[in-house]
Amino acid sequence: MIVQELALDLDAFEGPFDLLLALVLRDEIALSDVELVEVVIAFIERLAEREDIDLEGCGEFLVLIASLLELKARGLFPDEAEELAELEPEEAAEELARRLAEYRRMKSAAAWLTDRLVAECDRYFRLGPAPLAPRPERRLAPQSADLLGAALRELATPPASVSLRHMELRFPPVSQFLDRFRSVLARRRRFDFDAEVADLPRSDQAVAFLALLELRKTGEVELEQSAPFAPIRVSRCDLADEEAVEVTAAWNVRSA
Amino acid sequence: MERPLRLVQAGPPVAQLARTVEALLVVASQPLSVADLAAAAADDADRIEEALAVVGARFAEGESGIVLEQVAGGYAFRAAREAAEACGRLFERPVERGLSQAALETLAIAAYLGPCSRPDIARVRGVAADSVVANLVERGLLAEAGRSDDAGAVQYRTTPLFERVFGLESLAALPRLDDLGGDAAEIRERLEQLSQSRGA
Repeated sequence: MIVQELALDLDAFEGPFDLLLALVLRDEIALSDVELVEVVIAFIERLAEREDIDLEGCGEFLVLIASLLELKARGLFPDEAEELAELEPEEAAEELARRLAEYRRMKSAAAWLTDRLVAECDRYFRLGPAPLAPRPERRLAPQSADLLGAALRELATPPASVSLRHMELRFPPVSQFLDRFRSVLARRRRFDFDAEVADLPRSDQAVAFLALLELRKTGEVELEQSAPFAPIRVSRCDLADEEAVEVTAAWNVRSA
Repeated sequence: MERPLRLVQAGPPVAQLARTVEALLVVASQPLSVADLAAAAADDADRIEEALAVVGARFAEGESGIVLEQVAGGYAFRAAREAAEACGRLFERPVERGLSQAALETLAIAAYLGPCSRPDIARVRGVAADSVVANLVERGLLAEAGRSDDAGAVQYRTTPLFERVFGLESLAALPRLDDLGGDAAEIRERLEQLSQSRGA
């Protein structure tokens, strides 16, 4: 039955609906604290989850919730009905006249307001949000004008120019190294490239390497390097030819 | 010949203070009380009232398109009545448009009985007040004012906007309830006459 399955999670109560009823009947929970509309919403949600409509359960719930509503209404206005029921005819007439008089006064007040509204209909004024919004808190600490001026002056001074001369690359001409290597090879048959350029700046070393490649391209030198990054040995080409002849002759002798 | 001694006034002259008051009233969108103005202008209440008199003379009906009025417990600028037709072409007055008899009676009850709950209003009017109260809250003419001590029902009071719409300086400007008729003895007499005529 849906009513037995109804679990509630309200501000004032959490648990099954049956328990709420029991607590209310035992006066252990004040109905004025219970939002009965939440109970109704919970019931409707529970009902929507079911495929079939349990008419009997709905009827039972209606009876129970109506009773709770009546109890709550009586709880909120406990004395009124009893007071009126207990009144003597004379007192009842008095009470009725008092209430009618009160209502008549309010009706007259409403009429006065209506007249006032008509009389004031030509008053136009601006409507808006709260007039004086809270003033925002001052976040910055108090500052001295002199300090601020000094800071501004410092910002306004153009910065000293920074020399970039050290960044400029000056490459010597390749021909310079071509001549140098040729003259070295004229004196010596072979030389060690790394030792030859060790004293030079890196940019000069790069140009020297280009010159070396140029010499290799024109067939003036032979290059040897036993392993990557090992020293490069440069030999004159005529020397290389002589050695080749010597090797061939030696081989010929040995193989003969 | 020696000049007579004169009192040295603290603060700016009243004419200058009046200009400050004018500025404050222009930036405010709700009436400002003398205390509000004094706090903002950092001046004393007496001098603010003097300044208000100066501003009031300058911004009066027939003198200016803007009029200073004392309303809803404070001072505020509004348009001059002679400009009402033009203002009406520019703006609607949605707050008070279509206030029903039920709404006016509910406002009257809230204004006279002070904070009162929907059951209180329903008891006087004899019909449920839920939708009327909700509508008036939406229009800004009623506002919640806590809960009653006994039953915990939400209570409502009229707002400063209510006073402004109806052009009331404060709720004290409403007519006295006793002057609005509704004499219980007279009603009772009429009831008795009615019952006798039915019985006859």
